[in-house]
This record gives sequence, structure tokens and C-alpha cells, in this order.
Amino acid sequence: MARSSASKGSPAPVLDSPRMSSRGKKRTSKRPGKKAKASGTQTPARTKSTPGTAESMAAKQRDISVSEFFAKNRHLLGFDNPRKALLTAVKEAVDNALDACEEGGILPDITVVIEDLTDTNGNGSNKPVKGKKKAKAEPAPKKTPAKSSRYRITIVDNGPGIVKKQVEHIFGRLLYGSKFHRLKMSRGQQGIGISAAGMYGLITTGKPMMIQTRPKKNKPAHHIELAINTKTNRAEVTMDVETDDFPLARLRTLTPGTRKLSTQSQFLDAFVYPTGTSVTIELEGRYQKGRGSVDEFLELTAIANPHARITFVPPSKVSAPEDSGDDAEALLAPSASEGVPSSSSSGTGVSPASSADSTATTTELDGVIIFPRAINELPPETLEIQPHPKGLELGILLQMLKESAAEKPDLTLAQFLRNKLSRVNAPTASKLCKKIGLTARTRAADVDHATAEKLFAAFQDIDLPAPPTDCLAPIGVQQLLRGMFKGVRAEFFAASSRPAQVYRGRPFLIEAGIAFGGELRGDDTARVIRFANRVPLLFQQSGCSSFKAVTETKWKNYDLQQPRAGLPVGPIVIMLHMASVWVPFTSESKEAIADYDEIRKEMKLALMECGRKLGSYLRKRKKMKREGERRDVFERYIGEIAKAINAINDTDAKELYDVLLEQAREKTAVADQILNDEGKRIKAQNDDDDGVIIVDSEPVPSASANATPAPSASEGVSSSSSGVGVPPASSPPGRTGVSPVSPSSSPRKKKRIVKKKKRKSPKPNPGDQLFE
Amino acid sequence: MAKKRTTKKTTTSRAKTANAADRDVLTDRKIIALADDVAKRAFAGAEPRIEIPTRSRSNTNWNKKRGILEMGDNASERQLFNLNQAKQFMQTCLHASSVKELIAADKTLSLRGMFYKGLHTVAGTKEKTFAEQTESDGVLEDLEVALSSLREELHIFAKKAGTMVGNITLIDSGDEINCRKMGSGGYAIPSIVEPDVIQFGKCEAKFILHCEKNTVWSRFNEDRFWEKHNCILTEGGGQPPRGVRRMLRRLHDELKLPVICLLDCDPWGHYIYSVIKQGSISLAFESERLAIPDARFLGIRSKDYKACGLSDDVQIALTDNDIKRAKEIAAYPWFEGKKHWQKEIKIMLDSGFKMEVESLITKDISYVTETYVPERLKTKDWLD
Repeated sequence: MARSSASKGSPAPVLDSPRMSSRGKKRTSKRPGKKAKASGTQTPARTKSTPGTAESMAAKQRDISVSEFFAKNRHLLGFDNPRKALLTAVKEAVDNALDACEEGGILPDITVVIEDLTDTNGNGSNKPVKGKKKAKAEPAPKKTPAKSSRYRITIVDNGPGIVKKQVEHIFGRLLYGSKFHRLKMSRGQQGIGISAAGMYGLITTGKPMMIQTRPKKNKPAHHIELAINTKTNRAEVTMDVETDDFPLARLRTLTPGTRKLSTQSQFLDAFVYPTGTSVTIELEGRYQKGRGSVDEFLELTAIANPHARITFVPPSKVSAPEDSGDDAEALLAPSASEGVPSSSSSGTGVSPASSADSTATTTELDGVIIFPRAINELPPETLEIQPHPKGLELGILLQMLKESAAEKPDLTLAQFLRNKLSRVNAPTASKLCKKIGLTARTRAADVDHATAEKLFAAFQDIDLPAPPTDCLAPIGVQQLLRGMFKGVRAEFFAASSRPAQVYRGRPFLIEAGIAFGGELRGDDTARVIRFANRVPLLFQQSGCSSFKAVTETKWKNYDLQQPRAGLPVGPIVIMLHMASVWVPFTSESKEAIADYDEIRKEMKLALMECGRKLGSYLRKRKKMKREGERRDVFERYIGEIAKAINAINDTDAKELYDVLLEQAREKTAVADQILNDEGKRIKAQNDDDDGVIIVDSEPVPSASANATPAPSASEGVSSSSSGVGVPPASSPPGRTGVSPVSPSSSPRKKKRIVKKKKRKSPKPNPGDQLFE
Repeated sequence: MAKKRTTKKTTTSRAKTANAADRDVLTDRKIIALADDVAKRAFAGAEPRIEIPTRSRSNTNWNKKRGILEMGDNASERQLFNLNQAKQFMQTCLHASSVKELIAADKTLSLRGMFYKGLHTVAGTKEKTFAEQTESDGVLEDLEVALSSLREELHIFAKKAGTMVGNITLIDSGDEINCRKMGSGGYAIPSIVEPDVIQFGKCEAKFILHCEKNTVWSRFNEDRFWEKHNCILTEGGGQPPRGVRRMLRRLHDELKLPVICLLDCDPWGHYIYSVIKQGSISLAFESERLAIPDARFLGIRSKDYKACGLSDDVQIALTDNDIKRAKEIAAYPWFEGKKHWQKEIKIMLDSGFKMEVESLITKDISYVTETYVPERLKTKDWLD
């Protein structure tokens, strides 16, 4: 039982990211067998009608393959319904792709293509099978159920590729992975393995998985097709050839959008994908928009991974809603498909990989959605750490002792403590040994259960430094801002990144972000988007610690409405990210973060930081509005005054009007400046921290920028530059790590300018008609 | 002498004396100066503003020697580029131009008329220049002090809100008014009672009895009190408007008639007396020609509850507001030094109730006219 609890408590889910192993990391290939046995013992088949003898029963008792187990219990892996299955398959592949790229030190460029294979309805259905030379041999798929249809998903990454002989293990076996037991921050915890997705596809469509991978530049790629044998938990390779077709040329001509982008080298360009892997799975699913959709997952992934460029080709049609359906309006909708020029479509011959426009926003072109790269740096590589004694559970301790002893029989207890645990040095180790009445020389192998229990108790008593926190890689304030900026059409963005903390001996850190206003809907409750180790959490929101943190934060302090113990109401998106070597999920489904006080407290602190920024922005905005009204008031009465004065002393009314109007504008302009300079809060926002982006949706008439406001606008907010231009861009000096904007770049139509001031463009002069 | 000349005129339009004409020229000049200042400032790039003497308690001085309230030197600027004042600035300009028009046409308008004169929708908006008449009235008072012109000089009058009857003959715009023959309604005191409009004719009356309200006044009139006691009976409908106060003042000054007030025993009544006697805070600039420092307060007094043996039923409990106001009044410098007034207010506060003049009716319908007032007059039992 100790073992099974260990696997449950482990950060890495069983089927995690098997691809890792191929890159020379350590792997735990023993795992699958163990688990298989465990599950096998749980499910002896039994017939109730005829009482059986021990022998007759024994005849039926047999080993069950882990694959078989999960094939029957696919809901455990996130394939409970067709819609979720499609999402899970995409998610597994994307998570793996990102992990692979990062481990290979490559800026991820990921393309997700979902093809609609329902061939009964005409319309773009009979998807070109021309490129697909192989799948023919497979048996005909079973009849498509009414509520789902067939899709072919293809996920292509530009990662380091996979060594050919590992392909079948990685994709063809469940529970084959590298991250199962280590304490390291990785996406892996989320997934249940690409092999499970492949297995699901096999079960629902009978089609094998198709993998192309090119591990070495300029060398042929491998094309492998395999089906998992659920009985043996081994892959059956049905095809294994060398090919030059990577990335798949077929996909480039899939839709008008992909054709267009391809001609601009914007879609699956060989230059961008010199190495990499492509996975294709046919499966039964439902493609719908809205909450919990593939679109949402990719949007959120793009937010938490601003260093990645993700291209998404959705299927030609959306499935009919199955029930009331979430309202499909995505708050993070890509910009209008009218084709706002962006980094992705405007540059000619510019490799997308080289253009990380700081003001990149999600765009859609002829049905292809592009989440551009917003930052050109990979997140720092995270370190693996040893478990901290305070966070250890007895079962795990026992298991570690046993494993260590097996590895090295003469290992002493002191050595074990020092080498296998975090923050235990030699004095502490001998202190611990003394405490439990053993000498430091005692062999680890000789520690029995009772002693281990004593040792475990001693861990709780002793003072130890907190575990190291350099094992965590925050997304970072700048990156968060960029990520949200490209994905959320808001006018104000704030982010904060908390220092690392510890819960139960495990380091973690919390980051929060807020997007406010703009095109977000104001009458709804806030949308909370949650991430754990950069992976979006899409389900079980209300059970999540982050959700509680949001509702417990006093949003009223920041000028937002908040019903009692509820989410704030307003045009706001709240983002929370937890990075940890071990994210405590509430359940196996890994959809919500468990409610630890330490975690919730950090979340609230992070939210409060963002809230303060938002509050001061809102207050400032109110002031600006007041200024605007003030000017309106003046302008309104000036005409009357001019007329009255004219009636009294014959002053030229028009002239007087013009003079007064000018004064009015000056007056309010002056007031604007005073506002900006005097308000301490506003100043703080400007100078102290960079965790803010403010977007001015209105173009600023250059004439009205009377000297002072404009410069102050750009200097404080380093997060984004003020012009949006055509990449390649060049940058004003002093911008940190932001890709540059050419000074000559003319403002584009839908302006997303970072600016401190919101200024009204002068109204047409009412006086003109007034005195005609 | 001027008034004598005008008495002979009997035109229906307002009689215009040389005096009045001079006055109009002067007012006109002041208005033009105000407009010129606004324009001049605007063209010079300075903020247009109008200086308006402050009409508040803080800018009201008690001239003990003369026994009247006077306006201090404090003035506030009405600025165009001040969110709270912009609209009023515009309204002041509008009214200034209206007044100029009135002067040119030699016509007068009521306060309400002025409200309509200036009322229109601001160009390019849905907003009206004046939301309601009170806004306009306030702006007109401001304009008065800003130009240091009286309301009459701006050709503006208020609605009639006072009545008189008694042994006197008046000439109003050339018409002879015999106040002895005014029936039950009495003569309505006009808003403008300046000598060029109203002149005094034959007068036998020896004093003036001023009542707070019309109801009490009617009682006196019906009982022919003015006949029996040879006096003039006036009434100001609560806080007397300027026309009534000016009429009292002129009767007092020119005909040497003492003014005796019959008001309620409450802070409101006390303040009416204070206004008649020394002038009001908001119109301190007019005290000079309105205040009657010799006016007397006859009643009713807090002691009358016992003195007249009134029943408990007439008591009206003082509200918190009343108590606050009473204390405020007691603290006014012009009440501060008067022992009997301090005592009067203290008794009222201690007893915790106020009384109206009508409470005397509980004794007898005509108790107030036949017993109460005559007795007090005889014994000169009044407050100064």
C-alpha cells in the first residue's frame, strides 16, 4: 500500500510525458509493471450466480494489462465524453510538445490541426486523404454516433525530435515516462500521456497513431505508424519508413488560410521546423467552442507560455451544441477576422520565430488562429530537487530507504539523509540519527519500519531551512503581461509574481494577473483562468484553491463590485498560476488545486498586488472621466456666455467663443497633467513597478499631445512599447528585453498603445454652427 | 421733492423720474462694465470671472451703533473654469443681458418672469439653462450684489406677499389707495414700493402692528382692530419679502410710526423679528434701507403659556432642528447682548415647546385682538 500511496502522491501522473525519456533523462521503466499488478489485484472477475471454488476462481484470475485497465476506465484519463476526449488528446500532445521544446532549448513553435472527417455531409468533409497513404489498410470505422464525429488531430512541434527506436515506447506504451518520481517543476503532472490519446483513438476509430519525427536537421525523418496492444502494453508498429515529408506538406494545402500562410512562410515552414515531431491521431470527438474547448485550452496555453507560437487550424465546422452549452463567446476571442495586420501576417519573408512582437496579439486569418510569440526567451531550465524532510510522507520515506539500500547496500543512514533529502547537512544528519538513538553509521538497509517512524517524527521536530526555491521557474511579470496582452482584449493589464514559499516542505510560487476593461463584458462575473506549471486548468473551477482565493479577496477595495463571497463583477479576467515541484491536485483528474492555507494566502497576496494596481488605475480613470466631463461642461456653457456678453457689449461672439474654448481645453489639459503628476498612486504605477500595461483604444491625435503626457506614458511601462509596427521592429532604448519597434512605424488601425493618459480628441467645434 | 412731482403723473406705465432714469443709466453702465471685464479677460488669456460679495453669515457684520447688519468686504470669484461655478457663471451672464434688455425697454419682470426670460436649451445639448426658478432667483441676488444694485434697479420684482390695511392713504403708481376701505382682503403690498412708485397720503395711524401670517392678520382686520386702535395692520406671509420690509421701513422713517410685531414663539418667529429689526444675512447689503432697528416684539412670549393660562394642547414640541436654530439665534451678536432675549429663548428651550399666535384662539376667538394685544400695548410689555 505504501507503494500505491506513493504513486498517488507523486507529482507526476502515471502516464506522464513519456517522450522525455527519449532525451536521455532517467526513466523508470519498471513502473508500468508495478502499477499493472496493483490494478490487477483490484479487479478479479467474479460471477455471483454459481458459487465458485478457490480453484475455479483462480482459473479466472489473471494479470490485467495497465492498458487494458485504462481502456476500460478511460474517464480516469480525461476521455469521459467526446468533447473532453478531443481536448485531452490535444492537450496531451501540446503539453508534450512544449516540454520537449523547452528541454531541447528551442523556442516552441507548435501547430495544431484538427480535421473534420465526418464524410456524410458534403461541405469540406471528405478531407483530402491524398496525403494519407497508409491508413487505408485499417478496418472501416464503426458507425459514428449522433453526438460525436470523427476528427483527425495533428500536432506538430519544432522540438528536438525523437530517436527512432524510442518512438514505439513513447507512443505505444502506457506508463512509460521520465517524470514520475522526481521533484521538478514540469508540465508533466497534468497529462496522462500521449499514448493514452493514441489508445483512445484506436479504440474509437481503429486507426493507428501516426508519428513523423526528424531528430537531426537535414536528415530524413521517420514515419512510424503504431497501434498500442492493450493486452501487452506494447506498440504494434504497422509502418516504419523514412520520409522527407516533415512537416507534413499535406497540411499546408488544407484550407485557404493555410495555403495563404504557407506562401508567406508562416505555416509549417520547413525553416521553422528543422527538427521536430508530428503526431496524428484519428479519434471520435466533438469540436465545440466555449468553456473547456480546444480553443480555450490553446488560448490559455498561449497566455501562460508567451514564448511559444501556436498556430491552430480548427475543423471546418463546429458540432451542434449537445445541451444548453456554455455560451460560446470566448472572452479571449481572437481579434476580428477582418485580418488586423499582426506580426504573423504582415511581415514579408520574416520568420515567425524571429519576430516576437511585444505587442503581439492573437489573430485569425482565413480561419487559422495564430497565437504569436510574445517573448523571445525560453523560461529558465528548472532544477530537480530532493524531497524536503518536512514534506515527506512515511510511506515515501520507507520506499526511499528501500530503494537507496537496493542501489547501494552499504549506504549509511547519515549518507542517506544527506544525499537523498533536501537541506540536510552532516551535522543535521548526525543530530537526527542521535535523536532516534542510532549511530550515523547505521546502514540504511537496517532501518526498519519502527525506526523509520521515529525518524519521520524527528523530521517534524527538527528545525530545517526551507527547501531551495531555485527549482521554480515563474512565468514572470513581463511574460505574464505579454501573454495576457496577446490573448485578452482588455485595456488594462497588471501582473504580479510572488516570491517562492513553502507548503508541506514543497516549494511553490504564485503568480497572478488581471486584465480589465476593453472588450471584456462588464455585466458578467469575473472570469478566472487557472494554471498549474503553465498548464491551463479547465474544469472544477469552484473546487479550486485559486477560486477560493479570488472570492476571498476584497475586490470592493479596488473599485469593483463583488457580491458577498462571490466572484467580482465587471469586465475582468483574473489569472492565477501556481508553479511548484508538486502541485497538490484535489483529485486524480488534476483539475483543481487543493486548498492549502499557505497556497491560498499567497494567491490572495498576489491578487491583492494586482488589485491595488487595478484600483489605482480605476480611480485614475474615474478622475480622467471627471476631467472629460469638466471639459464638456465648460464647452457647453461657453457658447451661451459668448452670446450673452455679445448682447451686452457687442463683443464678437465667435471670437470670444473661440478664445474661451481654447482656454477651456488648456484648462482641462493642465488639470490632466496635474492629475498625473500629483496622484501618488498613479505615480507608483508609473515608476515603481512595471507590472502594468494600459491600452489606449483611441488613437491619439498627435496635435493634442502637448509635450508632457506622451513621454511619461512610455517610460514607466516597460512592458510594452507604444507603437505597433511591422516586424522586424526596432526598439526605443531602455526597453527591457522587448523587441523593438521601429520609430517610423505608423500606428495601425486598431491601436493598442501603452499609454498613461486617455485623452479625448477634440470635438468638432459646436461654435461653428452656433454663430453662423 | 421728487416723489411729489411723480404723484401728479398718472400714466399706466411705470412713472419714470429723472432719478430713476439716472439710476437706469448707472445700472446699464455697471452691466456693460461686467461684460467688458469678462471679454477683456478672455482675450487677454485670463480666466473670466465675476466678483460677487459673499452672502453668508461670515461676511455679515453687526453694526451695533446703527443696530443693523451690514455686508462685509469679502467677495468670492465666480469662475467660468470651475466645475461648480461654470453653470452659474453662464446664468449670471444670461441674466445680466436680460436685465440690460429690460432697462432698454423700460419694463419690469417678476422673478419668475426672469426665470422664463433666461430659460432655453443650451446650444448643442439637452440641458436647460435653468433647472428651476430657485436657481434663477439665487443668480439674481448674486447679480444684485455683484452690481451693487438693488433688485428694483434691475427692473425685477418679486411676487406680492404681504397685505396691509389701516388708517392711511397711499398713492400707488398714481392711483390713490385708501387703506381704510380695503374690505376683508386688504391692500397687497407690491414688491417695489420705492418713492417713485408709492407715495404716502393722509395718515392718522399712530403705529404699525405687523403680524406673521395672513390668518392672524385676518382676525385683526375682521375685528376692525386698526380702527379701534388707530393703526396700520400689516402681514408678511412668514418671512416678510423685501417689499413689505421696505414699506414698513418707509412708514417708520417717513411717518415716524413705531413698528410692533406679533409673531410666533419659536425660532422662526424670532428670526423674522430679527430680520425686520436688523436685516437679514442673505440681504445684508440691503439692511440700510430695510432694517428697522426700533421694531418691537410684542409676542407671543414664552411666558404667555402661564400668563394667559393656555391649555397643554397648544404646546408644540421643539424639534432638534428648532433647538439648534434657537441656540444659533441666541448666539448672534445682535441677540447676544440682550438679556431679556437670552431669557426669552432660554425659557422656550427649557420648557421644550413652541407656540403659535393662533394658540390664543383657544381662550376666545377674539382674545388676541380684544385682550391680549391691547393689554400688552397698554403696558408696553414687549421685547426690544
